[in-house]
Amino acid sequence: MSPVLSARPLFISLGLVWLIAFWLSLSLGPVTLPLGDTLKALLLLFGLSIAGEGADQAALILEQIRLPRALLGLSVGTVLALSGVAMQGLFRNPLADPGLVGVSSGAALGAAATIVGGELVGGISPLLEPYLLSISAFLGGLGVTWLVYRLGRRDGRTHVATMLLAGIALTALAGAVIGLFTYVADDKALRTLTFWNLGSLNGASYARLWPLLLVTVAVTLWLPRRARALNALLLGESEARHLGFDVERLKRELVFCTALSVGAAVAAAGMIGFVGLVVPHLVRLMIGPDHRLLLPASALAGGSLLLLADLLARLLLAPAELPIGIVTALLGAPFFLYLLLRQPQ
Amino acid sequence: MLSIRGGSVRRGASVVLADVNVALDAGEVLGVLGPNGAGKSTLLATLSGELYVSSGKVLLHQKPLHDWSGPERARCLAVLPQSSSLSFGFRVDEVVGLGRLPHESGLEVDRAIVSAALGAADAQHLAQRSYLSLSGGEQQRVHLARVLAQLWPGRTGQVLLLDEPTAMLDPLHQHSILHAIRQFARLGGAVLVILHDLNLAARYCDRLVLLADGRVHLSGTPEQVLQSEPLKSVFGLDVLIQRHPERDHPLVIAR
Repeated sequence: MSPVLSARPLFISLGLVWLIAFWLSLSLGPVTLPLGDTLKALLLLFGLSIAGEGADQAALILEQIRLPRALLGLSVGTVLALSGVAMQGLFRNPLADPGLVGVSSGAALGAAATIVGGELVGGISPLLEPYLLSISAFLGGLGVTWLVYRLGRRDGRTHVATMLLAGIALTALAGAVIGLFTYVADDKALRTLTFWNLGSLNGASYARLWPLLLVTVAVTLWLPRRARALNALLLGESEARHLGFDVERLKRELVFCTALSVGAAVAAAGMIGFVGLVVPHLVRLMIGPDHRLLLPASALAGGSLLLLADLLARLLLAPAELPIGIVTALLGAPFFLYLLLRQPQ
Repeated sequence: MLSIRGGSVRRGASVVLADVNVALDAGEVLGVLGPNGAGKSTLLATLSGELYVSSGKVLLHQKPLHDWSGPERARCLAVLPQSSSLSFGFRVDEVVGLGRLPHESGLEVDRAIVSAALGAADAQHLAQRSYLSLSGGEQQRVHLARVLAQLWPGRTGQVLLLDEPTAMLDPLHQHSILHAIRQFARLGGAVLVILHDLNLAARYCDRLVLLADGRVHLSGTPEQVLQSEPLKSVFGLDVLIQRHPERDHPLVIAR
């Protein structure tokens, strides 16, 4: 059987799940919107329809609360899943995850430094804050990724075990520094810091959404262009060079892309673990490791999974709300252990 | 076609390749022999562009190897490493298909080539299996099929570099693989192959290079190289040289 034959039904079902997850995110909540109202309100929002009875209120809920939140969830899920694929390809290890090699905590550290530092200098303008947070989270993520990558290199080879251990050490170090920030932070900064560490889509706003949306579109368009090179890289760095690929450049691009994605995602929604590990894994089980299919399928599955996890987070203890990072960790950590145990040595 | 002229490679303070001259010719299988640590893999890494020479030159078609663009080079130079660390569950025909990445030959052509290359490596029956479920020797044959697919079917101007392709294979497949490599050379390709089995080298190589301590100790036809004195001084092994009763090539027997 050829993967091209089984690809079509998979993409159709992933697309359907994606649409359903998006629709559910828009419809479900304290006020349940019927499908018709959701559609009418969406049309109204995009100026394709005029106001009618019922649509105004629905449009308001959609515009102010549910649409930015759903878009945030889709973006975060998409970039986390894609950077998971990129990391697993870069390290040629199906168990690599942006969180495991310290990128997420580096990004959280960058964000924490900005939050607490901002309070110390008397607050950052709310107009600048989302962008400043994105940039510092990005730099934090890039710094740690680069460091982990350098620590894992010896004699021109990347040692995955060393890198994972270096990632653990740097995660602990970042955690300690974030703890230090927590210690000196005031109440307001403390609340924000806690939010980063647990991860949440709560309070999604367009200001927080835009930088991430931009990154999501860029990464989703760019990464599939490297699918063939990533396939070759799975054979090994030398093998990929012998197949004509510029491996050093590819590695730099992948590290940069991951730092950008995870940095932007962490800046917008805090630390949401295991999506980058679990999604590529599930998709690989269904469709195999070919990146030409794996990348788009993971993008769809990542967005859907995060929206569904957010629905759980919102509805499970309604009207209270769980941070989504707790939900993904509760589901993801046992799954990771399961993968670890069935991984042939 | 591919040559190294006065090539030296340093690693730290030690010289791992010293003033080596080797040239591969069209249609020829060149065997590289030598004890562990003699510099065989270093020579192969230098010829494949993985290592830079600290002095001397590596030329592919009269042009320095590092001046070639990646895809252009990959269409005429393929390399089989000693072992591979692929840890993802590709199907075997997908692994071999990776060899077609430098080409834009289309799905149909690629599929036919993958199938033919698998046949040449006697691995056609594995095509639909998961790579991870194969034994070490089967995986090695799949990678051989991959590098054959990269240059398929072989023509003058192409070069294949192989690092111990027979190391993990059973006796039958040692011969069938070297047959496939000879077939590639018959179509005009040039082959450099690192071997440890002196009798396989005697049977399948046109020329041999005997390396010791990073230097070419002796090079020439199998008859010239496989003699008791050079083998004694390079490997420290006492051998008898006989003729193969049916094929007449040298036969090396340890005393």
